[in-house]
Amino acid sequence: MTVTAPPPATAAPERSASRAWRLLRAVPPIWLVLAAVIVLIAWRNPTFVEPAPFLAFLRRCAPLAVLAAGQVFVIIAGEFDLSVGALVTAVVVVAARLSDGDAGNTWWLIPLLLAGGALVGLVNGLVTTRLRVPSFIATLGMLLVLSGAVFLWSGGAPRGSLADNFRQFGRFGVEIPGLGQLPYAVLILVAIGVGLWLLLSHTRFGHQVYAAGGNPRAAGLSGVDVRRVRTAAFVISGLSAVVAGVLLGGFTGVTAEAGVGYEFQAIAAVVLGGAVLGGGRGSVGAALAGALTLQSVFTLLNLLGLAKSLRDAVQGLIIIGAAAYAAHRLRRSG
Amino acid sequence: MTTSTMSPSAPLRLAAPGTGSSSAPVWFVFGGVFAVAWLLVELNGGQFMTVDNLQNMAVRSVALGLVAVGQTIVLIGGSLDLSVAYMVSVTAVSASFVMQGDPDRMALGIAVTLALGVGVGLVNGLVITRLRINAFIATLGTSLVMSGILNALFTNFTGSVPREFQALGYNALGPVPVAVLLLLAVVALAWYTLRRTRFGYHLYAVGGSAEVARLSGVRTDRVVVTAHVLCSLTAVLTGLFLVSRLRSGAPWVGPDGGYDLESIAAAVVGGTALAGGRGTVAGTLAGVLILAVVDQVFNEFEVNAFLKTLIRGVIIVGAVALYALRNRRDEEVF
Amino acid sequence: MADGIEPQDKILLGMYGIDKSFLGVPVLQDVQLECRPGEIHAVMGENGAGKSTLMKILVGVYQPDAGRIELDGAPVRFHHPRQALAAGVSIVHQELNLLPERTVAENIFLGREPRRRVGVDRTAMERDASRLLAALHADDVISPRALVGRLPVAQQQLVEIAKALSFRPRVLVLDEPTAALSPHEVDALFDRIRRLRADGLTVLYISHRLKEIFDLTDRITVLKDGRRVDTVRTAEVDTRRLVHLMVGRDLDHYYPPRATPERIGEVRLSVRGAGAGMLHDIDLDLRSGEIVGLAGLAGSGRTELARLLFGATRMATGRLEVDGRARRLRSPRQAIRCGIGLLTEDRKSEGLVLQLSVRDNSLLAVRALGRGPTRRVGLGALLDRVDLRGSTAREVRYLSGGNQQKVVLARWLATGARVLIFDEPTRGIDVGAKASIHELMRELAEAGAAILMISSELPEVIGMADRIVVLRQGTVAGVLPADASEAEIMLLATGEPDRSGVGVGAVADGGAA
Repeated sequence: MTVTAPPPATAAPERSASRAWRLLRAVPPIWLVLAAVIVLIAWRNPTFVEPAPFLAFLRRCAPLAVLAAGQVFVIIAGEFDLSVGALVTAVVVVAARLSDGDAGNTWWLIPLLLAGGALVGLVNGLVTTRLRVPSFIATLGMLLVLSGAVFLWSGGAPRGSLADNFRQFGRFGVEIPGLGQLPYAVLILVAIGVGLWLLLSHTRFGHQVYAAGGNPRAAGLSGVDVRRVRTAAFVISGLSAVVAGVLLGGFTGVTAEAGVGYEFQAIAAVVLGGAVLGGGRGSVGAALAGALTLQSVFTLLNLLGLAKSLRDAVQGLIIIGAAAYAAHRLRRSG
Repeated sequence: MTTSTMSPSAPLRLAAPGTGSSSAPVWFVFGGVFAVAWLLVELNGGQFMTVDNLQNMAVRSVALGLVAVGQTIVLIGGSLDLSVAYMVSVTAVSASFVMQGDPDRMALGIAVTLALGVGVGLVNGLVITRLRINAFIATLGTSLVMSGILNALFTNFTGSVPREFQALGYNALGPVPVAVLLLLAVVALAWYTLRRTRFGYHLYAVGGSAEVARLSGVRTDRVVVTAHVLCSLTAVLTGLFLVSRLRSGAPWVGPDGGYDLESIAAAVVGGTALAGGRGTVAGTLAGVLILAVVDQVFNEFEVNAFLKTLIRGVIIVGAVALYALRNRRDEEVF
Repeated sequence: MADGIEPQDKILLGMYGIDKSFLGVPVLQDVQLECRPGEIHAVMGENGAGKSTLMKILVGVYQPDAGRIELDGAPVRFHHPRQALAAGVSIVHQELNLLPERTVAENIFLGREPRRRVGVDRTAMERDASRLLAALHADDVISPRALVGRLPVAQQQLVEIAKALSFRPRVLVLDEPTAALSPHEVDALFDRIRRLRADGLTVLYISHRLKEIFDLTDRITVLKDGRRVDTVRTAEVDTRRLVHLMVGRDLDHYYPPRATPERIGEVRLSVRGAGAGMLHDIDLDLRSGEIVGLAGLAGSGRTELARLLFGATRMATGRLEVDGRARRLRSPRQAIRCGIGLLTEDRKSEGLVLQLSVRDNSLLAVRALGRGPTRRVGLGALLDRVDLRGSTAREVRYLSGGNQQKVVLARWLATGARVLIFDEPTRGIDVGAKASIHELMRELAEAGAAILMISSELPEVIGMADRIVVLRQGTVAGVLPADASEAEIMLLATGEPDRSGVGVGAVADGGAA
């Protein structure tokens, strides 16, 4: 397995030690950062790592984490998706109006929302790849169209309310004896995280996403349909935004500002996870870790008694630091 | 009008072939939009070519126009600035905070805001060039830092500007508002800088191909940093204009105006390439005016604000799609 | 050392004991180069001999690991191209370094625009640009206000030279300046270079065309495998001697034996009357078991033909058959489905996704085709076939050029391609790896593949091909049998008789490691 093929028979213990070191180095650094932040929180507030509060923390993280897991596809494919925040808001507002508090509507409402999210992603993808509009502008346009259309339709302010069985995804959970409540949001997060991880790292499609972002010309000349792959990445991002919107709507209720700022937070989480804008690098796991880290840092700042508004400032510094670290590492490895 | 075709066989893979440096197509589009707007309003029984209307449109263009000029400068250099919205807020708040309604402190207030602009521009430029961070991430980071600090220090309208300062926002020389003169002066200055100074020449070169510029002995990092300083300064001017209209600054005036994404959109509608190396301030001015005329028509017809947002999104994407279509390379299959 | 430098000769530029390694691989070792004032000095050598690297060290793009550079007897050290320019050393790089969206004058004076008070003095700038172009006798065809992107390539080349001259250099390095020029344009360029020499300029001339070296230069420094072999007077050597210096052994020795006629089977790929863009009326058959060499000057349409056969550009006219069935190739995807594979000339920008692993790059095409999970590809067996060892998890950017090429080859073996198009398969690859690529190509042919090999190295074409197709100006100029000579090929490629009578070779090419 060694790269440079040194003398074949090396002493066994030495080898296993270096393997352990290599394994440690292979862990994306964002997981270590996340662990460190959680240790810090636990040091200030030991109850944080008890099951119930920790699950509540994960539930809070779920919408952003799901968004980041979708956004990472778009970023690896070499594009941006700025429309997810507006899409989250749209999901919440549309769901509230259509659900209108009636539990009987939920079963058709959720597939409808998912179809809408897929459609938004499809349009983003087609405008970017077929009309050759840079994705920055294409998804910015989508952002404006969505936020305009949704409030036009709902008459300026959210109307109606979410049925309880719709809200349960973001709010409630399964009772587990001894553990307390296991939130549905956490289950959904795990399922989507695992699903998208499998899709990105263990399928033909996933490999093509990396190739399309890493070197579109080489990918195209190897038979990858770059435009289709990129469009599919936008669709995945759109679907994940719908899921995030459903979770958020259940958790925080119906507001017109449900998704504000989420597009940048999702990109920030992805960058925190070591993805590089421009494409070709990143992973679902690291993006999830990035989202959890961002959220846990906010928790830590709360604990330390910092003003809530300073959260933004710290977030900004973290993003710059993470990107600088990634750039530095890339440069060092040539 | 037809300056777009270029030999696709030229073996240069430096930048997409394009419109050279002419803003004529954008002005042509502006003429068309203006004529249609006029016609629509007149057919509706309204009056379009009134001094009031024209003044209104012009003043409305000032806030976005000033910062869009700066955004054009960084875009030409192949960079981008998402921090302008908060730069506007920082300026508005600090100007009114420093002036405290006292005419004697006007100069001090202006000096402080300009110094802040230079500082933020320097930070943006240095983070991008020294740490080699993608401009999107870098300026998103500085934007968050500014928003955090600003929101931590100020929660509402703070201080006020003296009546004398409000002349900037409300007075007119004959039929021409002072603010419009300011915008025209900034456009003229930027035009001269881009077209007639070494900095301008080098900026286009760095945006077109940083490597070619470097090999020709251009200090590329300096050029990028300077561009960012100029961009932040235009955001300061927008902030000063806004605070002169509002009399007092609040942390949300910048982000509420959407100056970050809108300024990029206006520049791109005006023919500036997101990839750098191509664009004109005259084109950007036309882009800003196009958006203003459309707004004016909407007002005339009392169109819903949300529909305006929606259509704005469509216009932005449509304009860029048109440019992409004009510049389409032949025979590229994938 | 038969330097032929008499003691009284003044040395304008000297490079002594230059060493340079990339990632531990030595590219230059103890290289020496001496130029006299007012001479045209050729630097020659095989592919990968280190010519371009040496020139990049001279102009400050790279730093040498050891050694010194002297200008007029004084030691100099350039850390940035700017410093070399200021000291009077200019270079025209192999690839054009111009901004297509800017004008001729703006390109020439980029970084040094003349100023008048606060602004750039456009009038002066355009006047000076005209003067520089006039010195090249190009002022009547090139306007200083023209956008560079709209000029033909030959004129862009002149703009580059004018730009280099604007620094008032004492030494001008021309790295393969004729690659994209027609014979007529080459003659015109040579006139201009000779005139510059008459004005006292020293020119370092790098080319892979022996004819040009003999026509133009005074002395020749030959590099081989990163070392200087010798420096000779042009008048004192002939082609045979020069080739021997460069190659150092018999040419035939490298290449695996050719196909015997009975190994050559049915037609796999055929085109009739094909045309698109600059290509027209192309007839070509590729047979299983056969390696067809495709020769032609740069700009004759070789790479364009490869892309056409691969569906990367659409065929405007003509018909194409794969295994006897008419096909329309609308995309590389369809070509790959038909069993065609293309190994691109530029591996880094078109062949590989550099940040992905050996495994992912090898399996890229198979995965992209998505022919269902039933078709399992044994990666180990695949890499054994191309003789590539080491971890499959390495990112390909860390591999040597030869191993990178093997990864691309493995990709097409994985799809089971039966028609393989190699565009400059050994460019930038060291000698050892070259031989193993050649052997692999022959093995593939013997296993039934039809192979088209594009190469600007005539010895490679002659050594490998069972049949040689020569392109000129976008169409097939002629077909030659396996044992054709370089002179015959060049005759077809240029369309004019070989006046000097020497075998005009394209022995070497610039790609440094």
